[in-house]
Amino acid sequence: MNQMSKKISSLQERAKRWMMEDDNELDQSIAKSFDELSDHEQQDQHPEIFAKRESEIEAQLHDMREQEEQHYLRMHAWTVNRGSKWLDLIYRTLSILVCAFIVVFLLQTVIALPPFGAADAPYNNEVSQRYIESGVEETGAVNFVAGMILDYRAFDTFGESTVLFVAACSVLLLLKLHDHSPDNPSPTMIEAEFDDRHHEPKNDSILQFAARVLVPIILLLGIYIVLNGHISPGGGFSGGAVMGAGLILYLNAFGFKKTERFFTYKTFRWITFVSLMTYGLLKSYSFFMGANHLPSGIPLGTPGAILSAGLILPLNICVGLVVMCTMYAFYTLFRKGGF
Amino acid sequence: MIDLYNVIVLGFLLICAVATCLSRNLLVSVVIFMAYSLLMSIVWMLLQAPDLAITEAAVGAGVTSILFFITLKKIHAIKDEKGEQNESNE
Repeated sequence: MNQMSKKISSLQERAKRWMMEDDNELDQSIAKSFDELSDHEQQDQHPEIFAKRESEIEAQLHDMREQEEQHYLRMHAWTVNRGSKWLDLIYRTLSILVCAFIVVFLLQTVIALPPFGAADAPYNNEVSQRYIESGVEETGAVNFVAGMILDYRAFDTFGESTVLFVAACSVLLLLKLHDHSPDNPSPTMIEAEFDDRHHEPKNDSILQFAARVLVPIILLLGIYIVLNGHISPGGGFSGGAVMGAGLILYLNAFGFKKTERFFTYKTFRWITFVSLMTYGLLKSYSFFMGANHLPSGIPLGTPGAILSAGLILPLNICVGLVVMCTMYAFYTLFRKGGF
Repeated sequence: MIDLYNVIVLGFLLICAVATCLSRNLLVSVVIFMAYSLLMSIVWMLLQAPDLAITEAAVGAGVTSILFFITLKKIHAIKDEKGEQNESNE
């Protein structure tokens, strides 16, 4: 009976070791000696021999464990003393080599470029000539850049807005804390709220005064840049970034309680969705209809007037809104993981 | 005259770029990076690209630096006096 139970427990031990992938030679030898032991028929008659044998095996086990530990310690010491030095040396040499390669490569490229503003540079070809000569006539935009990115190459800009939107989506996926019921927030949400309060001292009077003065100016400047995108330098992206920065300053000074009144996750979703859809519809029309423009209510008009340049103004507004929401969303998600 | 101005701005640009890499304090690095972005927007103006200048000032000097600051705060790389006191008390 005793023999059987020994055998079973030994088998169990071996199965366990095998499952833990810890089955080395040492364990095998020990298991073997236990097997021999259990095969021993006199063990019931001579319990003292059995006990002696067992203690021998245990001592052997202890010795081997110690040896293994010492071996491990030696390896570890080598890694710390010599190995890390080697790794450090390799790492340093490689980083210097890579940096030197990149610097030389880039400098070579810059040297090979034609001089700035040279008349015979390859970019002075018929394409840019055409844009400069008939750009104002065809697009109605005094600002060439706006005419190019929102008229001649508007589909590229649509791609850029989508890239920004996709970036915002991936940040949302990574950083947003999911909370389905605002009335009954989850522990992580409460923790995030507390963490935010702990890290961001509110009611800083200097910051609040500065924000009170600056935020309206910054927002107005942003709106001006967006609306005048076809007349003066700027446009949807830069204006949107300025507006986003203004909103971030406002949030920093007054906290989430104030911004939640007019900007929540829902607002973000709706503004981004509507803007991107408007842009996509307006521009995919000309894409699929063979580059014909959608007949808009806004005529090309006199260059320089605010209501001119056809679709460029609404497209600028769309891009500006998307960029503003994305900048603000980035900030809130990085800071708290929510709106 | 304008050439001298160009050289000065480009020199500061180089100094800022090197200082960003070499500074030990991450917060100082980000602040120098902001200065770099502002100088870069001046360079864009000098190269007659006002569109890029506006974008660089808003995105490079504004939003990017704020995101950097927040990240530094999240990983506790910025310690205010209060925070240090709290840690020593605990």
